[in-house]
Amino acid sequence: MKEIVVISGKGGTGKTSITASFAYLARSVAVIADCDVDAADLHLILKPTIKRKENFYSSFEAKIDPVACIGCGKCERVCRFDAISSENRIFTVNPLNCEGCGYCEKVCPVDAIKMTQKLDGEWYISESRYVTPLVHAKLGIGTENSGKLVALVKNVAKQLAQKSNKDIVLVDGSPGIGCPVISSLSGAHFVVFVTEPSVSGIHDLKRVYELAAKFNISAGLIINKSDLNHEKTNDLISFAEQNNILFLGQIPYNENFTQAMIKGLSIVEFSDDEISKTIRQMWTKIVNFVEN
Amino acid sequence: MKIAIASGKGGTGKTTISTNLAHYLSQKEQTVLVDLDVEEPNSALFIKGKLDKVYIKTRKVPFWEQQTCVLCGDCVSNCNFNAVTKLRNEIIISPQLCHSCYACSELCSSNSLPMIGLPMGVLQTFKLDNLFFIESKLDIGEEMAVPLIAQTKEFVNQNYENNIFQIYDSPPGTACPVIETLKDVDFVLLVTEPTPFGLNDLKLAVETVRELKKDFAVIINRDGVGDNEVEKYCNDENIEIAAKFPNSRKVAQLYSSGELLYNKVPEFYEQILVLEKKLKSI
Amino acid sequence: MKIAFTSKGNDLDAQVDARFGRCPFIVILNTDDKSFEVIDNQSSADEAHGAGPKTAQKLSEYDCNVLITGNGPGGNAATLLEKLNIDIYIGAGDMLIDDALNAFNSNSLKKF
Repeated sequence: MKEIVVISGKGGTGKTSITASFAYLARSVAVIADCDVDAADLHLILKPTIKRKENFYSSFEAKIDPVACIGCGKCERVCRFDAISSENRIFTVNPLNCEGCGYCEKVCPVDAIKMTQKLDGEWYISESRYVTPLVHAKLGIGTENSGKLVALVKNVAKQLAQKSNKDIVLVDGSPGIGCPVISSLSGAHFVVFVTEPSVSGIHDLKRVYELAAKFNISAGLIINKSDLNHEKTNDLISFAEQNNILFLGQIPYNENFTQAMIKGLSIVEFSDDEISKTIRQMWTKIVNFVEN
Repeated sequence: MKIAIASGKGGTGKTTISTNLAHYLSQKEQTVLVDLDVEEPNSALFIKGKLDKVYIKTRKVPFWEQQTCVLCGDCVSNCNFNAVTKLRNEIIISPQLCHSCYACSELCSSNSLPMIGLPMGVLQTFKLDNLFFIESKLDIGEEMAVPLIAQTKEFVNQNYENNIFQIYDSPPGTACPVIETLKDVDFVLLVTEPTPFGLNDLKLAVETVRELKKDFAVIINRDGVGDNEVEKYCNDENIEIAAKFPNSRKVAQLYSSGELLYNKVPEFYEQILVLEKKLKSI
Repeated sequence: MKIAFTSKGNDLDAQVDARFGRCPFIVILNTDDKSFEVIDNQSSADEAHGAGPKTAQKLSEYDCNVLITGNGPGGNAATLLEKLNIDIYIGAGDMLIDDALNAFNSNSLKKF
């Protein structure tokens, strides 16, 4: 079983639209995992029917038992995040400010403070409209994506793939370069980097490449909206060549991305023109590379 | 007046609108643009100003004093973030995981973990024409955005009057860095695209600003590219649409090469004027 | 010599898990007498952040000379493992432990 992860540094590069197309092309052999839980959009195309729903607990927050509290104020004094305030010696926690460090719990002389796990969101096993299984998640407001959630979503997807004899786990990866991305890449066999020819696109490619190289994961490059800036497109291609990144192809600026999205379809389902052919070829290249 | 320009996800045109709006406003009134997307700041790609000052920003992390340490291991259990590890006869700090809560340090019985300043990023101030521009950028490998955002806001409060235009280019998403950015602004402009993905991300952003009880309006970028669902949603929810920037290939091209474009694309300029009027009415 | 394998299972018949911090088990083989020990690391799934350093701390109690894994540890864990003087070899993800051992012995694993 091979794990293929699609990532992009900044948003808006068309990563999810391309992942949705790959999901369609791999529909009979893959399990899909959406780890872009900060801005999860893949479900808008895959239109999943939820089969199983689970709560996700990860971060902690302090809770003060008003009966046990003696109003000494130690907790408020040690908190570095202004999360505890008091009115008439009644102490309360502002959950949006609480970091979950537990310092207050440790200094409370009467054990009136308990760190409780926060309900951070939900995760789901679903059946997409291609019947392909999809594992995805939704986080609450002010809750950060974490390596834990990404690892969980990927693990569930891998188990499903094993059980149902699927060859591929296709992952819509997290944005940025922090902990969730590291978790997205960890254990992967191939990483597809989707970018656009802009100053920030090149900058992001370099950062992500460093990460993939350190993890010894083979990488491929897709340039979207490639005709917006030919010079930068060429820069991207030569960076890929110099660094042993498989150049998978380029897609000129194209309204099909939006039109397909409005119809709730992936690009390859929406039309059969050049763009669709290019995306099909990209997927074939990836599969050939991963299988050899 | 503090105005944040935010969006549910990246790539909606947040930076294009912040930089052009701020530069335009600065021709008439004192304006400061603050890039708080500290993980991936890219306003500077468009505001090629003259560098004025550079500040190294630090956050506090524990430092292990071997001589006095009795290796009791309390610090390891007092850290809820796995940032303190005991390896045989050594205490090792992983600064990237530290939230600067001070628990390990202040609860150490032998005072062997004093807190010291660790550089986390750089704050730079620039001037372009009349525009003051502040950019904070996390060092590579730093993951904690919130402390740098908080310190940057503090810097702005100390150095600029509150009655001038302060435009915050916010990080994308709905997580902690966004909450920190929006916490004490006067008004939020949410940028979105008129597409199904745009609508989905806008709904999350609206949930966030409502939770924070902020006044806000929506900017539709690349208007005409998709469908009418965003407008319908805004009407149903009684949300004001402050401006609609037309879809334009010219805008995308100028963006890709890092140029300010309000004085090159008339239909873009028009919407900047609409926004100016809106902001002056707040 | 003691060789640690990040592992999907809790014995020598298991496959190598490509991950370090969040691998469910670590199987430690003593090549002198072919005995083995197992670290149960399934609790790593509960860590929001810092699973890597925590796993490294567990490993520190076993005096290993070599670690064989798939992708290699992230930055925080790598710093800790360096202190432990463990040589890390990567590229063994999904191999059977036995095959990974052979690959290591024939120098075909990459040093991290």
